[in-house]
Amino acid sequence: MTDLQQDFEATIAADHRIEPRDWLPEGYRKTMIRQIAQHAHSEIIGMQPEGNWITRAPSLRRKAILLAKVQDEAGHGLYLYSAAETLGADRGDLTEMLISGRQKYSSIFNYPTLTFADVGVIGWLVDGAAICNQVPLCRSSYGPYARAMIRICKEESFHQRQGYELLLTLMRGTQAQRDMVQDAVNRWWWPSLMMFGPPDDASPNTAQSMAWKIKRHTNDELRQRFVDMSVPQAEKLGVTFPDPDLKWNAEREHYDFGPIDWSELKRVISGDGPCNAERIENRRRAHEDGDWVREAAIAHAAKNSRKAAVA
Amino acid sequence: MSRNSWPLYEVFVRGKRGLNHVHVGSLHAADDEMAVRHARDLYTRRNEGVSIWVVKAADITASSPDEKDPFFEPSGDKVYRHPTFYEIPDDVPHM
Ligand SMILES: [Fe+2]
Ligand SMILES: [Fe+2]
Repeated sequence: MTDLQQDFEATIAADHRIEPRDWLPEGYRKTMIRQIAQHAHSEIIGMQPEGNWITRAPSLRRKAILLAKVQDEAGHGLYLYSAAETLGADRGDLTEMLISGRQKYSSIFNYPTLTFADVGVIGWLVDGAAICNQVPLCRSSYGPYARAMIRICKEESFHQRQGYELLLTLMRGTQAQRDMVQDAVNRWWWPSLMMFGPPDDASPNTAQSMAWKIKRHTNDELRQRFVDMSVPQAEKLGVTFPDPDLKWNAEREHYDFGPIDWSELKRVISGDGPCNAERIENRRRAHEDGDWVREAAIAHAAKNSRKAAVA
Repeated sequence: MSRNSWPLYEVFVRGKRGLNHVHVGSLHAADDEMAVRHARDLYTRRNEGVSIWVVKAADITASSPDEKDPFFEPSGDKVYRHPTFYEIPDDVPHM
């Protein structure tokens, strides 16, 4: 082992943070870039399902909240791209990798938002699952990523609470509104559980990521934590989860839940979800439509700095 | 498709009066003025700051390529710069 490698291992072992200009093993750099980029892409694509409802939010209050939430998700994407760049990734490359499908984003955002109740359920369950995943990442061994996650987690708690509050409001409404909530919960529950990734025995990179302290808990641990948190929240809300096997296990002191259809996750990840093509196409169009703006701003800046040099 | 060639800026925010500006992250902008506006939108959506500095990342001079190297050694062995270096009996008041 070289001195550099020893320094790296010692930093990780002491639970200190790795900082941008430290020497890194190539595998750590690659894994970290892939993880941060995939996370950034998820935030960016994640604006679309909810963005779909901004113009049709039922009140000015709900519209302002939704707008702020979607804007936060854009911010999260940008914090994360900024963290990826400290590892030598190029912003333009990352955008192209997303648009060309060479890098992935969370499969949850390939499901459609059919009613306004979906906005509430996304806040409650999807942001809730994201929080479960993200809180331990505030202690990721890579400093810039950990710091971005701290900032993100603070903002996520508003996301989850606004969603749950929206659902509470609907549940106090008409029977049709309550049915709408239950229908949205039925559609989002299983995809939310899939957000934690494949089961531990099918997750080959977990061991290395845990050793590098990039990851602090396994997928199954986090999934269980999420189920345990969500069940009492569902009871309070007055909805049920679409799983006949869901029940308290006094011996394990956890909720048991039914088998997850992993073939669905595989299908959606590999491009065959209900909205994959639309999500990427929207992102591609937004990027290309912005081309002239980026060019014009550069030309304007160049002209101004020439003027300044002459004056 | 043309490439985003906006330069990278590092962003520093003063959280409130009485505190230093602290590095919070980076962003891309076409020029300095846009960088400040973007920094406001990106890093201070919830009153996180009362003042923002931006500087082109390319204009920063860093101590060394590595965060922990001999550059900081001169201060590492000067323990006498710290108050704990000095032994004073416990019963001396207000020390
Ligand atoms: Fe987010
Ligand atoms: Fe969120």
